[in-house]
Amino acid sequence: MPVLWLFILVLALGLIGFVLGRARALKDAQGDIRLLHSLPSYYGSNVLLATLIPGFAVLVLWLIVQPMVIHGQVAGMIPERGLSDYGSLNLAMSDVRRVAEGLDIAVEQGALSAEQARDIRTEFTDIRGRLGEVGVALGSNVQPYVLQAAQKYRAMNATGHWLMSAAVIAAAIAGFAIAYMRTGKDMRARNSVERVILILLLSAASIAILTTIGIVLSLIFNTIEFFKLYPATDFFFGTTWSPSFGGGSELGILPLFWGTFYVSIIALIVAVPIGLFAAVYLSEYAGPKVRAIAKPLLEVLAGIPTIVYGLFALLTVGPLLMSIFGQDGGLGWMQGGRSVMTAGLVMGVMLIPFVSSLSDDIINAVPQAMRDGSLGLGATKSETVKQVVLPAALPGIVGAILLAASRAIGETMIVVLGAGAAAKLDLNPFEAMTTVTTRIVSQLTGDADFSSPEALVAFALGMTLFVITLALNIFALYIVRKYREQYD
Amino acid sequence: MSDFTADNGPTNGTAKTSLFTQTARTKRRNAAETRFKVYGIGAIALGLFFLVALLFSIVANGIPAFKQTFVTIPVELTEAKLDKNGNRDPADLAKVTTFGYKPLVTSALIVALKEQGIEIPFAKEKDVEDILSSSVAAQVRDTVLANPDLIGQTVDFRLLASSRVDGYFKGRVTRESLVRDKNLDAEHLDVADAMVDAGLMKTSFNPAFIFGSDASESRPEQAGIGVSMIGSFFMMIVVLFLALPIGVAASIYLEEFAPQNKWTDLIEVNISNLAAVPSIVFGILGLAVFIQFAHLPQSAPLVGGLVLTLMTLPTIIISTRASLKAVPPSIRDAALGVGASKMQSVFHHVLPLAMPGILTGTIIGLAQALGETAPLLLIGMVGFIASNMPDGITAGFLSPNSAMPAQIYEWAKRADPAYYERAWGGIIILLVFLMTMNIIAVILRRRFERRW
Repeated sequence: MPVLWLFILVLALGLIGFVLGRARALKDAQGDIRLLHSLPSYYGSNVLLATLIPGFAVLVLWLIVQPMVIHGQVAGMIPERGLSDYGSLNLAMSDVRRVAEGLDIAVEQGALSAEQARDIRTEFTDIRGRLGEVGVALGSNVQPYVLQAAQKYRAMNATGHWLMSAAVIAAAIAGFAIAYMRTGKDMRARNSVERVILILLLSAASIAILTTIGIVLSLIFNTIEFFKLYPATDFFFGTTWSPSFGGGSELGILPLFWGTFYVSIIALIVAVPIGLFAAVYLSEYAGPKVRAIAKPLLEVLAGIPTIVYGLFALLTVGPLLMSIFGQDGGLGWMQGGRSVMTAGLVMGVMLIPFVSSLSDDIINAVPQAMRDGSLGLGATKSETVKQVVLPAALPGIVGAILLAASRAIGETMIVVLGAGAAAKLDLNPFEAMTTVTTRIVSQLTGDADFSSPEALVAFALGMTLFVITLALNIFALYIVRKYREQYD
Repeated sequence: MSDFTADNGPTNGTAKTSLFTQTARTKRRNAAETRFKVYGIGAIALGLFFLVALLFSIVANGIPAFKQTFVTIPVELTEAKLDKNGNRDPADLAKVTTFGYKPLVTSALIVALKEQGIEIPFAKEKDVEDILSSSVAAQVRDTVLANPDLIGQTVDFRLLASSRVDGYFKGRVTRESLVRDKNLDAEHLDVADAMVDAGLMKTSFNPAFIFGSDASESRPEQAGIGVSMIGSFFMMIVVLFLALPIGVAASIYLEEFAPQNKWTDLIEVNISNLAAVPSIVFGILGLAVFIQFAHLPQSAPLVGGLVLTLMTLPTIIISTRASLKAVPPSIRDAALGVGASKMQSVFHHVLPLAMPGILTGTIIGLAQALGETAPLLLIGMVGFIASNMPDGITAGFLSPNSAMPAQIYEWAKRADPAYYERAWGGIIILLVFLMTMNIIAVILRRRFERRW
């Protein structure tokens, strides 16, 4: 494994640098530590960092760039005919990679010599059979152009690896040498080490920005790609959702929106009153003992993974609702265990601790003086809560509800297991309906071809979801923050 | 003013009553007060009721998954069938497929039944083999291949019963429900009952569920969560080794060094927004960036770990910042006062003091990552049957595997009550892990966190 060895090599160079750098500084000061500008280990660390950072930076960059360059070069070798044979460039390229890997394994096991692997032609050898012998199964016979591309791929990979090793070691040694030459008793080693560490800290913090950029870019590019294949107006205003990978799909988002909206509303109808009353009771009435027990217990609900809620919806709540509202219960409103109601109820349970702990914080932030004033005027406790505390906390509570709503909209596992798969615009909450998140999952799992509108639509759905939840969150945080400032 | 006093004068009638007598209005207000309080208690009780119902249905449905019905019978490993050449050559032995072993097991079962005097109520005696799982032939074959000396002997085997027989003893399958079932008849259950009485069949603890692998979509009695546990383990390693250093570094920067400028504001806004982005969006990010763009292998725990790292970073950053903030400024001032640099004061004094809080936050973040499912669906960790343990550490990170929640989802999708039972059982194991992690976090916090 060359990359691992390279890694270890650079690391070892760095450690040697540490020892040598430290020794050189001490020697320069004739062993008198008082003559040094910094502590001896800083001189060592300086050389260490100067070796590792260029070495690893080159390594990482190379590892990212090389596959892209090779991909671009090799993809050019696949003729027009290859595209029609395989359906898409990606599939052809994955076959090329498989053949190349197979050749590597064959050489490794001695089934082929290195020259043979470079020169064999499909016209003379049964590649598929030969590779099958070493345990690499290929789906179809190897086309000549695929074999040539694979051989080119191998050649470029091998040269790339050589060049990479050379470049990484050169960068590491250069850094080592420069830092070592500059080491002396008057060098400000601590300052330069600390500067480097600060830059590392800053880059760690900037990963958050990179992640956001990554999310936005991966959504935008694929969404644009989708809108090239499918008109945006049909997507946003279409009322039918019927994807078919054979073509002729109708991909209107409205039924999905309706399902998402309906499930979230039911969830909020369950969660908001229970959560709010629980928060009021815990902060205004309950003694410290009750509070110490009930609050953590309610919060356990928030720590349970959503897959558990999903299973609970599918296997416990669904059948239970069926026995009341289904054919057996005599009402006949429900056709199957999966419905908007099932998912909504369970999601409501999940959101209870979310609403209650957020509102609890906000109610506690209302100054005691306001309660005392109200009680002093003769209001009962509940009147104080209803007419003084809650109105004062209202903006914050609205913020909490909005945050809960954004959670509900983005929730996946409960609706995947509990809400069903049928996209329709219906008012009956006992019908199975589908949501944006379930459709993202179903369009992107399996061996989807990423160039068809049926798979790309998932990115457009993700984009819509991202924008909506982001807007809700920003709005909610804005309200909560604005409210907090009033009493701080 | 005089009108006012006149209106409330003694002539209005109410004045003569005692102050202790409640007027209708006071009664109404007090009733409203009680009602309001009852609503509050009711809300909490309802919340706790949901918790209890959830836990009850997990435990009640999941416990049976840890038990399995086994049939213990002696099987004669006839040399004439298994090793025709009689030279115990492993290559020759491997040529006998499970189809060669199946008749041996079936006839062993028939013999055992006859010895116990259990009547076989089928026209074809062979039909009784449906009591056993379809995996038994492979089980016997693996034992023989591992130990060829057994050939020619009669060996006691502990074989899996079929999932429907197992379900019968767990109350999942009844004679009525078998009427339209092609796999098993009610007569099989009579035989099974007789076998239990004769001591041939027993329901006992099944370690294969915890340590085994998910064998196939049609043999629930064989399925275990072990391999996906390994997958989860490798993902958590990735998350721990990436999210902890990056999260701590980012928090130290933001809390101790960041100047008040646009870039810092941008980072802050991004972190708080990422904390609220739906998890499925992270799955899309992983699919587009790690798999489509960087060509990392699908279904690999490495990719899952990377996605979960990005997802848990905000959680870890937020809790780490809180514990850094809790270290009082006097510590920093004292360090700076004796000549430490800013960097030294942070790394030598503030960070060690904040460590318990940071670890607590990290464990809670890890627990959250362990239970997360949605992003894993998009990077291909479902629909994949995790049947083999990864060989070696590199393979553990790079070869396709599943994860515990993804495996549970996979079982839940298979629409078979026997798999539902597995799914509930898997949830028990998952929750045991989560509970352990949370308890460790609580203990860490109680033990080491200092109040300043």
